[in-house]
Formats: sequence, C-alpha cells, structure tokens
Amino acid sequence: MIAVEREARALGSIVRRNFHLIRRYAGWEVVFLFYNVINTLTIGLIGLSLPPSQRAHTVVFLAIGALLWNFLSILFQEISNAVSWERWEGTIEYSFMAPIHRLTYLMGVCLYAVLYGLVRTVIILAVVMMFFHVSIQRADWIGALLVLTASALPFIGLGLMGAVLPLLSTERGAQATQIIQGVLLLVSGVYYPVSVLPGWLRWMSYGSPATYTLQASRQAILGGRPLASLLGISLELFLSGFILVPVGLIIFQTAERWAMHRGTLKRNG
Amino acid sequence: MSVKISEGVAAIECRGVGKTFKVIQRNKWHRTATITHAVKGIDLVLPRHQILGVLGPNGSGKSTLIRMMATLLIPDEGTIRVFGLDVLEHRMKVRRLINRVSVEASFFKKLTARENLAYAAGLYGVPNHQAQKDATRILERLGLAREKLVVPLENLSRGQQQKIAIARALLTSPTLMLLDEPTTGLDPTSRREVQDFVLQVRQEHDATILITTHDMPEAERLCDQIAIIDEGQFVAYASPDELVAKWGEGQGLEHAFFRLTGRDLENDVEESS
Repeated sequence: MIAVEREARALGSIVRRNFHLIRRYAGWEVVFLFYNVINTLTIGLIGLSLPPSQRAHTVVFLAIGALLWNFLSILFQEISNAVSWERWEGTIEYSFMAPIHRLTYLMGVCLYAVLYGLVRTVIILAVVMMFFHVSIQRADWIGALLVLTASALPFIGLGLMGAVLPLLSTERGAQATQIIQGVLLLVSGVYYPVSVLPGWLRWMSYGSPATYTLQASRQAILGGRPLASLLGISLELFLSGFILVPVGLIIFQTAERWAMHRGTLKRNG
Repeated sequence: MSVKISEGVAAIECRGVGKTFKVIQRNKWHRTATITHAVKGIDLVLPRHQILGVLGPNGSGKSTLIRMMATLLIPDEGTIRVFGLDVLEHRMKVRRLINRVSVEASFFKKLTARENLAYAAGLYGVPNHQAQKDATRILERLGLAREKLVVPLENLSRGQQQKIAIARALLTSPTLMLLDEPTTGLDPTSRREVQDFVLQVRQEHDATILITTHDMPEAERLCDQIAIIDEGQFVAYASPDELVAKWGEGQGLEHAFFRLTGRDLENDVEESS
C-alpha cells in the first residue's frame, strides 16, 4: 500500500474514533454546549446594560470574543488533552505503538479539533444571533472566516506544545495546560481591548496569536473592513502557524522520547 | 508496504539489555529518589516460528522487557533487534512487524468492539471492511458471539475484552506477537480457547510468539522454550522438559520455578491481586 494512503487511512481513523467518542459521551457534550451557550449569552448581556448608543457595538464586540475564544480554546484543549485522554482510557501505548508517523497522529487529533470546534461555534453563533437580534449587515464574513482559518494553525502549534506537558508530568501535566489557556485568555483581549492591560502584562499580548485573530475579526465584522486589508494579518497568522506547528511537533517528539526513556508514557510506567 | 525480513535472522535478539527506573518520592520536606534496576543484562536469541514463554514473579521485569521490544521503552543499555532491525533505529519498520496484547485490554471502553477494531485497523492501514470480516471470524473461533461486537467494551467481561484484544492484534498479521499475560483473568474454557488459538496462529500465520504467563500448565503446553526471569535477570533458559528435568526434581515446572526464584508463583499472584 502506498505510504500516503496508509497514513491518510490512519488519520481518518483517529478523526472517526473521536467522533464515535462524542456519541458515547453525548450527555456530557450537551452539558458543555449548554454551558458555552449560557456563558456567551451572559457575556453578551453585559453590553445591554450600557446606554442604547453603545449597546449593539458592545454586544457584538463581546460576542465575537466569546465565540472566537470558544473555538480557539476547543482547538487548544482537544489537542493538548490528547495525551491525557489516551492515558485515562488506557490506550496510549496501543496508539503510540502503531506504525504511523507521529505527525499523522497529531494531525488526526488537530483535524478533529477543528471540525468539532467549528460545529460547536456555529451552534453557539446561531443561538447568539437569535437571542440578541443584532444587525451586522456591514460585516465582512469572508474576511472573518479567512482570519479564523489562518489563526487555527498557530493555535494548533500551541496545542502541540501544551500536549507535551502530560507527557512530562503524568500527575500535573493536564492541569498545567489550563494555566497556558488561562494566560492566553487574560492577555489576548478576548473581552476587552489589550490597551487596558497593565504595561507589564501588555507585552505578553503581542506573543499571543489570539490577540491578532480577535482584532482582525472585530475589524471584519464590526468595521466591515474589506477582505484585501485583512490579507496581511491573515498571512502573518499563517506564517506564525508555519513556525509554531513544526516547533510544536519537534517539542512533542522530544518529550515523547523523554517519556519513553523514563517509562512515563503509561501512567504507572 | 510490507517490511522485508531477511532469511536466517532471529525473530528477537537482545544483547546486554538493561533498564533502570528512577522514582522520585516527595514528602513534606524533601525528595527521595529510588533506583530500580528493572532489567539487567538480558541476552536472548529467539529463533523464528518459536513460542518463548517468559515466567517470573510480579515486578521481575517481564513487562518492561516486552515494552522495550515493542518500542515503547528505550533501553538504557544494550541492543534489541527484531528480525535484524534495531528497535531504536528502525522503529517504524519494527512496529509494522509486531503487535502486543497487554495484560490490561487497552480499549476505549465506551466504544463498541467494532468501533475499537475499526480504529485499530485504520492505524495499521487495514481496510475497515476487511478488518471487521476478519475480526468476526477470529472472535467466532475464540468463542465470542457476533452480537458482542456491537456492545460497548465496558459491558463485556474481562475475558471477552481479552479475546477482542487478541483478535485486534491478529488483524494486523504481525510476524512477531508479544503477549503479556494474555490469559490472566480468563475462565478455564476461555483460557483453553486462547491457548489453542495461539498454537493455531503460530501454525497458520508463520508467527513467532513471546508470551509471559503465571500459568505453569499453559507455559508447558504452549512454549518451545521458557526463560525464567527474577529481579530483572534470566536465571534459566531451556525447554520445559529440560527445566523440569534439571530443576523440577520430577515435580513439574512450578517446582522448578520455585527452586530457581525462591518464590511460590501462586502466592505471588495472590499477593498482587
């Protein structure tokens, strides 16, 4: 069999496996989705407490933040928790012993995360639009989609780096990924402009891809900024992804080798 | 793409293999490092088409040795070759040649056997329809009803899960099977079915098998050679008959094991459970 076909089949089986798992944990999925919807609506409602002239703008500003953060955090979480999840199920040794490239395995996890994140975000978007009746006729949706697509790559790279932590520490690795996610939430201007951050914290916002994603998406949706003017920022996000993904992969493979030396691939060695 | 195996090479060749684990225990004020020599200077040549049994008390290094052969652990010392391929240099090729059944069935417990097998088949590049067909045939041979394929694994008994794990390993047509206590926890009938199947696999699939077990009659029935491991070292390596003749004093393999390790295997199993 051609190597590419074999790897593609493996990639497909990882995506399919994860969707099968969603079906089996359907109850939890409903609970998480319900919480995400309520959380997004709650954040959007803050905008309605403002004077009428600022309401629509603020509601959309906040909703964009909540929706994008929902998508990007799903992406980050699904990738960074891949190792913890396999370890919890007891399948990590079986999956990692398979004759496929680690890149294939991780790309399978990433592809699933993108598809799953999109589905959940679209559902929340639909509820938000019905709930707030906000007019965003000037929005450049194609531009926003372009920015979102471009931002997926650097977040995949960050997710790969986060996935290393459970390999390094069987006990605390999964919790440590929450810290990375928390810092990104704080510094990226999800619900406020990064200009309000204290100076010592603001510099960190420049290193987060989410900062640029949020700024560009808001310009596209709220300001109706034309597609052409978003190409630059999208290209920068793409390029940062092209750096972060291989770096994440190298770090992951190094950590895997370390775990195979220490015997920590499996929880009890 | 299949991996070409040179004629005349051993299925497994270990030279001076050693593995040490460092476990750090944290208490309130300080950390203590405990060094465990899990495997020490193992030399082994397993010819093709043979079944080698590795017997040893709990914690003697059996699973560590199998994990190193399965490319899941990197040895600190020595080399391991599988069909002439170094497990570190040619990891991917080695992985195409082997499959491992571990003592705990590694499955997504919420998924059905069919879904788990589809995942496994995909990882090894086996078309799903072929995998399902083969799995059904293998499981029927192992005495597992077809209906069980659509039941979540968590609702099946340990014996049934273990049979599915064996079927999953065979789907990939491994040339070397590493079976880490595959019959532990099975009832006598299931154990017998698995043993028959192991013999059949060797016969029909041209496979070499390394098996660890606590079951002495099983070892005597299945194995061409038996290695007894204690505290990370082989203390004996011979055919079952030779072991009984030399160490068993006419009282069987268990007696030989007891004399070689100074431990009673049955008590050891009970202590660990």
